[in-house]
Amino acid sequence: MLKQLQSTLNWRGFVAIFGFFLIWYLACVLKLPGFAEMANPLEVIQMFVREYAHDDHYWLSWVTSFQRVLYGFLFAQLFGIPLGLLFGTNEKFRNLFFPVFELLRPIPPLAWVPMSILFWPTNESSIIFITFIGAFFIIVINVFDGVRDIKREHLWLALSLGAPRRVVFLRIMLPSVIPSIAVGMTLGIAITWDVVIAAEMIASDSGLGRLTWEGYVSSTPEVLVIGMISIGLAGYLSTKVVNTIESKMMPWRRVRR
Amino acid sequence: MSQAGSISVSNIQKIYDPEGAAVHALENCSCEIPSGKFVAMVGPSGCGKSTLLNMIAGFDKPTSGEIKLDDQLLVSANTQTPPNSDRVVVFQNGALFPWKTVLENIAYGPIVQKTRGRGQAEEEARELLNKAGNLERIAGSFPGQISSGMQRRVEILRALINKPKVLLLDEPFRAMDTVSKSKMHQHLLDIHDKFRPSILLITHDLVEAILLADVVLVMTTRPGTIKVNINVELPRPRSREMILSDEFTELQKQAIAAVHEEARKAFERGEKELA
Repeated sequence: MLKQLQSTLNWRGFVAIFGFFLIWYLACVLKLPGFAEMANPLEVIQMFVREYAHDDHYWLSWVTSFQRVLYGFLFAQLFGIPLGLLFGTNEKFRNLFFPVFELLRPIPPLAWVPMSILFWPTNESSIIFITFIGAFFIIVINVFDGVRDIKREHLWLALSLGAPRRVVFLRIMLPSVIPSIAVGMTLGIAITWDVVIAAEMIASDSGLGRLTWEGYVSSTPEVLVIGMISIGLAGYLSTKVVNTIESKMMPWRRVRR
Repeated sequence: MSQAGSISVSNIQKIYDPEGAAVHALENCSCEIPSGKFVAMVGPSGCGKSTLLNMIAGFDKPTSGEIKLDDQLLVSANTQTPPNSDRVVVFQNGALFPWKTVLENIAYGPIVQKTRGRGQAEEEARELLNKAGNLERIAGSFPGQISSGMQRRVEILRALINKPKVLLLDEPFRAMDTVSKSKMHQHLLDIHDKFRPSILLITHDLVEAILLADVVLVMTTRPGTIKVNINVELPRPRSREMILSDEFTELQKQAIAAVHEEARKAFERGEKELA
């Protein structure tokens, strides 16, 4: 853990982050093309400290967006993992439902926005639904692939070593699929943030996406940047949390590093 | 340990017919693995060695012919005794469960068969690890953390804990360097001396086959059948130095002659298939 921390917080990384802010600052001060309307980092920090750091409304945006991501993500796991397992193990079920799944899959999550608003009773539930859609298909496909990639030798050996057929499903299938579930989680959490921010801009009056959009509409570029940086941090934190959960799920991978 | 475990393969034919073009993998294939003997099988790639091994293990069925274990019918066109711990396979790419530690892998058989409790099974696994040359220190490691040579040894131990009548080894040392390989040969010879299971070893390495086995079976190219049956009467316990003996050289000449003729046939046919 400490080692991991050290490698993330290397000095080159610090130099690069500092350099990024410096170039951004210079670009604004020198009014390079495209930067005329932009807020420079100092203005953003000032604005943040003065008006946002102590503002409940701002922190509430964090909570709101996080909640949406969390629910969407959890529901996607809850429904996606069993569906992926079913597709992978039950041929009749797959023949029956996979075509429907494949027809729905290419529809981008944001294309679900209007229908979702019509269908769900509250604004909140429709946004959670859209977020759910974003992660759901990816998780199902990953788990399905995971089942198909199970080593035939593992199943055979389990039988050879005397495992009853019904036990093989749980003892071999599930652990074999865990790495694919983990991949689904990593991709899922990233897309969930993508979707939630866009959905908030289109169809909500709260959350970090909305905050960013308001910055644009009210011509306060500082707010826009605060929103973007907040979203970046939120996404980064979520990924870290998901990675930690993943390494807990796969102790045999964790020690290999 | 006196245990039965003689395998008799008679007139096995296997035709694969995935897309209408019948492929005769095995034809008229008969051989014996006498109880407690070490039998090695060599032959060109794709000649059906693994197919035969999978049938003995219970993963596949022949088109005709039958395989018996101690005079009990094991497999025929209509029968397929499900895989069980009488005959355990060690695969060429290894099939340790990566999510279980070495100890848990070895103890897996007795635990799922419910012949022993977890505690006792793990105790036995630990003992086996110890007997196999002080391997207790890797008991808590995951397979991904140990070398491929170690993995293969653990796999063999995982099979042995079930006291299998037959040990089926499908090119287990294929990807190993010469040094690890010769160490593994010594381990396998020790294991065979101590536990006396019947062993069927598939290999491409003639020296390995002669050094380890009591009988070397040379298979023909597809459709696979037994071409030559070479009795290796080198004394046991075997040691690596025997490779230098005249007797060994003589056996090797016989084997090379048989194998090369088949390899050439397979190669020429391969070219025809490409043309």
